[in-house]
Amino acid sequence: MTDQTSQPVKFYQTGTHTVGNRLLDDAKRTVQSSMDRSNAITSGHRACQGCGEALGARYALDAAMRATEGQLVAVNATGCLEVFTTPYPETSWQLPWLHSLFGNAPAVATGVAAALRVKGRKDVKVVAQGGDGGTTDIGFGCLSGMFERNDDVLYICYDNEAYMNTGVQRSSATPPAARTATTQAIGDAPGNVFGTGKNLPLIAMAHNIPYVATASVADLHDLEAKVTKAMAISGSRYIHIMVPCPLGWGSASDATISVARLAVESGLFPLFEAENGTLTKVNKIRRLVQVEGYLKMQKRFAHLFAKDGKDQDSIDAIQAMANHNIERFGLIDVDTTS
Amino acid sequence: MSKQLPFAITLDPGTSLANHTGSWRTLKPVYLDRLPPCNNACPAGENIQGWLYHAEEGDYKKAWHLLMDDNPMPAVMGRVCYHPCEGACNRAAMDEPVAIHSVERFLGDQALKNGWMPYFDKGSTGKRVLVVGAGPSGLSAAYHLRRLGHDVTIREAGPMAGGMMRFGIPKYRLPRDVLDKEIQRIVDMGVEMQLNCKVDNIPAAFESEGFNAVFIAVGAHLAKRIDIPAHAAGKILDAASVLRDMEAGAEPPKLGRRVIIYGGGNTAMDAARTAKRLGVDEAMIVYRRSRNEMPAHDFEATEAEEEGVLIHWLRTIKQIDETTFTVEKMEIDAGGRPQPTGEFETLEADTLILALGQDVDTSFLEKVPGVVIAKDGVVDVDARMMTGYPGLFAGGDMVPSERTVTVAVGHGKKAARNIDGWLKGEAYEKSEKHQLAAFENLNTWYYDDAPASVQPGLDIIRRQTSFDEVIGDLVEDNALFEARRCLSCGNCFECDNCYGVCPDNAVKKLGPGKRFEFIYDFCKGCGLCATECPCGAIEMVAETT
Repeated sequence: MTDQTSQPVKFYQTGTHTVGNRLLDDAKRTVQSSMDRSNAITSGHRACQGCGEALGARYALDAAMRATEGQLVAVNATGCLEVFTTPYPETSWQLPWLHSLFGNAPAVATGVAAALRVKGRKDVKVVAQGGDGGTTDIGFGCLSGMFERNDDVLYICYDNEAYMNTGVQRSSATPPAARTATTQAIGDAPGNVFGTGKNLPLIAMAHNIPYVATASVADLHDLEAKVTKAMAISGSRYIHIMVPCPLGWGSASDATISVARLAVESGLFPLFEAENGTLTKVNKIRRLVQVEGYLKMQKRFAHLFAKDGKDQDSIDAIQAMANHNIERFGLIDVDTTS
Repeated sequence: MSKQLPFAITLDPGTSLANHTGSWRTLKPVYLDRLPPCNNACPAGENIQGWLYHAEEGDYKKAWHLLMDDNPMPAVMGRVCYHPCEGACNRAAMDEPVAIHSVERFLGDQALKNGWMPYFDKGSTGKRVLVVGAGPSGLSAAYHLRRLGHDVTIREAGPMAGGMMRFGIPKYRLPRDVLDKEIQRIVDMGVEMQLNCKVDNIPAAFESEGFNAVFIAVGAHLAKRIDIPAHAAGKILDAASVLRDMEAGAEPPKLGRRVIIYGGGNTAMDAARTAKRLGVDEAMIVYRRSRNEMPAHDFEATEAEEEGVLIHWLRTIKQIDETTFTVEKMEIDAGGRPQPTGEFETLEADTLILALGQDVDTSFLEKVPGVVIAKDGVVDVDARMMTGYPGLFAGGDMVPSERTVTVAVGHGKKAARNIDGWLKGEAYEKSEKHQLAAFENLNTWYYDDAPASVQPGLDIIRRQTSFDEVIGDLVEDNALFEARRCLSCGNCFECDNCYGVCPDNAVKKLGPGKRFEFIYDFCKGCGLCATECPCGAIEMVAETT
């Protein structure tokens, strides 16, 4: 007779990876599935259709709000997120929120944390946030200082890989070959130059701070778990979230999550966690894809697939980056049986 | 402004809720229900995806009640239906189809074990309906008519109810206690069952007995014959009577040592497997075409072969000389038809069982005015399943259709609804079908890989020697797992994806069982909700203004 008990019952079989699940206890569902999530950014904001940053920021802050039971202050760098949420005199923020300059968000957050400490408000936590421009370029010095002093702040970078708010200029997070206003798709090496840019999660790890993680709007469960974990840790913490930008990437507004998913599944954007400078957890790729599918969804890479000739060298070079990540972070389980 | 504002600030902070971003929209998301392919394929019109939804929660009773809205015999159906639903299941494109039949059987057995009764109004409309024939179609019609409040009498010519479920399907596929209990449940609802009661005067049922409508479903049980030149013929039987004698005969049919079954349908397989169980040494099927063209389901042929039945494909019987059968080899031509090759061989057998199909005994309808018998001996009915005689409806194997239990049950339901309409003097309006939920409508990223659960099987020696049921039950763990493999194609299962992925908080969650609604004041029409909906229950439509 066939073994009847060989098949384990998973209690969330239908739609395992969805936002919510009616078969789970409320406590085990995501924050986003809850009817009383804080909606840290409320409706009426001026982000573009399908904005990944608006989504990623709500995901992260709603999770942080639940983790701190609403005792949270957010400090914002200049950037899209600041501009589209607070056109004077309106605000979309439903938590205490502070904006100062483009480059000083980590320093302002450090000050807020210091002020709360002086006031004896140990219950209130501080989050600082900015885009990749405010984080990897302009605010980098302040951020590195915040890490080095191990100030009690969670810094979240919403990485959409360019200065989108001012008209899609290159940042140090812009990937090679990508077309931006300042890296036009012309000449011998069209788009952004290969071999430039910086990897801020790895730089953050080099500061040996308590917690560093990468996350994606394509994996809500993982993102919320990382934010929740970060809120339970004292000292400097850094989470780098990939948030596709339909405008700057030239992707369809309904493809924000699927394009982010392909970045993860191709290996271009590895999801991992590190504690005190050591890599502790890596999310395995579920359905491996080639980078080509990811690139093709975005007009900023359209010149790689031009009618008069595909730029196979560049595509191969980007694939090599993905392969390097897969190997470096162990993104695929090596089948030991074959 | 009453309070003091900070230096250089002239306006109080307002909320962005004042900014109705819905005006940006050119495409608008709308929720819809698409028709799951399983439901679309079910001949009995079951809401499969609907009852699986409740089974997923472990609410088997609710699941069973929903199933019972369409099909009065789930325990039978889960065993004998050829499950076209599974052939249509979208999950097949991911791993394997959901084993719907095994969950259905589990639910049916739960109901029998716990004595669940279907909901129905015990009151009466005062209308009387006669059902002729207690097969799947008649029983189904009687059940649905009773639920609609009509007084139903079933008249069955045979000594037992069940029709082909009893006299055509062997015990090893459908244990009789299961069949008996599901029939009894229909009788317990207040349906009058008269056995050994042949009806041969239809008009009299209306005129002198006062029935307001009659549904006839007498099936097809006249075995088709064939002329084979024979010098001295051995024993020739037909499959339908062999299977019938297994149930109603004084003793099992005597078949000798070697048996040839002639035909390639499910009845041929059943007869061969029954012969094997009766202890014959050799059970051989002779069929004029090949496996690809046989009308039997592949699993039936496979199970027969597993039990030691030998199938001679591409052979016709040309001559019989006592126990020697001369067969001619055939080949399939380009049109898929068998053609003789002129090559012959011989087989030895004591008995020949003909399994060449069955005809309808329509003699009792010949004098009924208006009833039209089609060329192939079946009864013509209109879209309402009514014959040319007003108030006389017909269904099951006796009308043109595929001859399966499930189709018959579907006929019973359809006829019951139309009879109800007829009795009320209004036409039954069928609700409009939703558009089909295709695999392309799904976002399968959100479903985990999960291969189908396997039902345990009886070991081969017991299959060859006993009439015990071949396919075993799923236990609860497996049934639950299997139900949860359902993708809920085209119908919201409240996964919260739309609510979660909207960058504009423009989806309102209404609470368990109430689904969601869009807040069009703020929806910018990006389409993320529709793209990330796992089951394809959101559609983007163009804004008109």
